Amino acid sequence: MSKSNKNQTYSHDLPATPMDPDLQAARDEKIKVAMIGLCGCWGCTLSLLDMDEALLGLLDKVTILRSSFTDIKRIPERCAIGFIEGGVANEENVETLIEFRENCDILISVGACAVWGGVPAMRNEVQLSDCLNEAYVDSVTAVSDAIPTIPYHEDIPRITGKVFPCHEVVKMDYFIPGCPPEGATILKVLDDLINGRPFDLPASINRYD
Amino acid sequence: MSIEIIIDGESVTTEAGTNLVDVAAENGVYIPTLCYLKGKPCLGTCRVCSVRVNGHIIAACTLPVSEGMNVEVNAPDLLDMRKALIEILFVEGNHNCPSCEKSGRCDLQATGYELGMVVSRFPYRFPLREREVAAKHLWLERDRCIFCQRCVEFIRDKATDQKIFSIRGRGTTAQIEIDIALADRMPPEQVREAAEICPVGCIIEKGVGFNDPIGQRKFEIQSVRERALDIKDSAAESGHE
Repeated sequence: MSKSNKNQTYSHDLPATPMDPDLQAARDEKIKVAMIGLCGCWGCTLSLLDMDEALLGLLDKVTILRSSFTDIKRIPERCAIGFIEGGVANEENVETLIEFRENCDILISVGACAVWGGVPAMRNEVQLSDCLNEAYVDSVTAVSDAIPTIPYHEDIPRITGKVFPCHEVVKMDYFIPGCPPEGATILKVLDDLINGRPFDLPASINRYD
Repeated sequence: MSIEIIIDGESVTTEAGTNLVDVAAENGVYIPTLCYLKGKPCLGTCRVCSVRVNGHIIAACTLPVSEGMNVEVNAPDLLDMRKALIEILFVEGNHNCPSCEKSGRCDLQATGYELGMVVSRFPYRFPLREREVAAKHLWLERDRCIFCQRCVEFIRDKATDQKIFSIRGRGTTAQIEIDIALADRMPPEQVREAAEICPVGCIIEKGVGFNDPIGQRKFEIQSVRERALDIKDSAAESGHE
């Protein structure tokens, strides 16, 4: 878990009203789960929420530290299970993924982008310069009288030469393919793991699209 | 001639010379295949049906059975080896299921599900092979080709029996080619047959895209394993008696 430094402040280091001690105690007992998106479309993160009311049945056992509802950059404490959406396409993705690996006991690739790169990896067939030129310089929607510029600023994460699957950057423990996987599929994996059953995706629910 | 062979420890009675893939299926043992088509000459290109016979690894579709064969299909090392073969095919081309017209109707994808592939253990190569769009009624998404050669052998010009499809080059530079003049003479049903015979999304019929809604696509209605084991239905389905 990161500590803020002079250049960045994490949300969990900001002043906050202390949580009710009983609630905090109850939450400390639970299995901590987090999900973050790298280079993806956030569809898989939405699929996590597609568990709908089935999620309520898990809440006796788990607490979700990070999801689309709690859009924090870094998890405030160590998690038992981390879900990763999206592949690695820039330096910020690398940093976030490594941070998650260091702070999650089990890390799971969720969706085509995390598993093999997905739609963003379609740029792997061409040189990065060609890709950026197509997007910003030779784009059919480029403003005709403007000087074509490929955005560059120290605050914009540098893009990687190719898009990488998560497991080519850090060790990933399990993989849930799909674009996106069904909420029910993520639920099954989560339910199996928190109840001590092995990871298992039978052919009937395994999907690559 | 009636003979006895052993498949995964079970004694099975069958006719000598029958294809091992078919014998196994008749006895409820699924052997995955990609290039093999029941009733057609064996191609033996994809190796996904590899099993162990009397201690040796062999592609089951290439093997007519004979008396006393000891066949292992579902030993753990063989299950993993066949899965590895599927994983190799996934990284050698660009098998982007979410954007592929063949998704849900694709033998490679369906076999991946059946063999429990969730990721490839090999690095993805992202090859760039130019697509061929010159023919009137179909086009080739070359980076999806797995070089099974079904189209090369079984789709031929009606008048001359010449091959319409061919493979040019070798190794990593090999690619599928199409004779445009012959292809433009293909009747509509042969165009459809070519697209359907392709076990991946390489041969695509023009004007036909994502026709079946998700949930009602070929392998969602009946899995590739069910199709392989339900001999009568799968023969009727693919039209090869």
